[in-house]
Amino acid sequence: MSTTTQVKPEAVTLTNDEILRYSRHLIMPEVGMEGQQKLKAARVLCIGAGGLGSPLALYLAAAGVGTLGIVDFDVVDYTNLQRQIIHTTADVGRKKLDSAAEKLKAINPFLNLRTFETRLSSDNALDLFRAFDIIADGTDNFPTRYLVNDACVLTGKPNVYGSIFRFEGQASVFATEQGPCYRCLYPEPPPPGLVPSCAEGGVLGILPGLVGVIQATEVIKLILGKGEPLIGRLLLIDALGMKFRELKLRKNPDCPACGKHPTVTKLIDYNEFCGIRGEEKPVETKLPEMQVEELKRRLDAGDDLFVLDVREPHEYQICNLNGYLIPLGDLPKRVHELDSGREIVAHCRSGVRSGKAVDFLRQAGFKKVHNLAGGILAWADKIDPKMPKY
Amino acid sequence: MKILIPTPLRQYSDKQPAVEVKAATVGEALSGLVMRHPDLRRHLYTEEGKLRAFVNVYLNDEDVRYLQKEATQVRDSDTISIVPSIAGGR
Repeated sequence: MSTTTQVKPEAVTLTNDEILRYSRHLIMPEVGMEGQQKLKAARVLCIGAGGLGSPLALYLAAAGVGTLGIVDFDVVDYTNLQRQIIHTTADVGRKKLDSAAEKLKAINPFLNLRTFETRLSSDNALDLFRAFDIIADGTDNFPTRYLVNDACVLTGKPNVYGSIFRFEGQASVFATEQGPCYRCLYPEPPPPGLVPSCAEGGVLGILPGLVGVIQATEVIKLILGKGEPLIGRLLLIDALGMKFRELKLRKNPDCPACGKHPTVTKLIDYNEFCGIRGEEKPVETKLPEMQVEELKRRLDAGDDLFVLDVREPHEYQICNLNGYLIPLGDLPKRVHELDSGREIVAHCRSGVRSGKAVDFLRQAGFKKVHNLAGGILAWADKIDPKMPKY
Repeated sequence: MKILIPTPLRQYSDKQPAVEVKAATVGEALSGLVMRHPDLRRHLYTEEGKLRAFVNVYLNDEDVRYLQKEATQVRDSDTISIVPSIAGGR
């Protein structure tokens, strides 16, 4: 396998098989032989082989990007298949890297694929990034977003950014020499818990396809040096309204990462950066919990227990414990519907939201209130195997 | 004028994607918004009443930080966008 040493595009040659494969590129003046050589000489690192990483890697491999790196440490599961199109049903349980490598090599055997089975961290990011020309960010959490950005600024690599939530997406190109970086747009992360993740908030399956393909387009444009890259522009994608809007981004002269006097001169602890800034009081860890086995036993015994379901109505339709439904967000204004004299067991899907509900109820003066440990997922695992999990 | 509410915050605006307000400045428009939807307040403002650092407010396609911030004048035909950070990708 060849390495990721930088090669000059003009030193790259295409075989006859490659010329045939890329013929629809070669006959376009914007790409041509020169552009295809640039693509083959290019080294792109995709962070994550998930929702955004799937279309990104598939299209970059097909387009003839010579060296593609992928960083991932995860295993394919059933809930990934609704959007992570590089993985198939047969791949469930396999490492995402193995599954992705198989598809990418099948699409393009000329690809020099480099896989890194690791969690991107402050210890490994700079070394990894130095071996590539462009970084494509397909991660799913704020600490890694800031890590990718800072490592891109420090190594001088463009950060082709995309992120998604439900049916909305954002895309931009950060950390180019003249352009703004992610911290120019968002100097600080939101406090933990304020912005739900895809696992909590859900995501329309096609959305990472749409946004990942926009990222792939930007990567290819940067390599070719053609068109107008999304530098200094934030593209907002609303799949529900099918509206694309564009906002102006400016390089912030006071940016801690890329400003005139940067204070971020090395990588930091990004979990701490995203955690300790939290202005919200974290949910109390010592909440009164009830295990699903105990709930089952006490319900069967006919105890007077009030089961409070704090999920959303559409989740209730998937499966429920016949509980009384008040979504967490509505709890403050509907708290009068509850009887503080009764023993209450609150539950949600996995126990996080109901933990917040129990915390809230206790502060509101409810004394006999428990959080169902592990939520309805634990019930499905331990009590009722016929109950669907989601 | 119109204020566009992003998906993550719509649970605090009675699920509405946009809210019409009458205002002369960006600050007035946002006050009008949180008066109508009080649950939005803590997501947009700190306890000291300052706009939160991770909430970006745009007047049309310009970041108000590069205009006159909350004192920026607005017209009826303008649109304010609230652009919070989202991180999903997997």
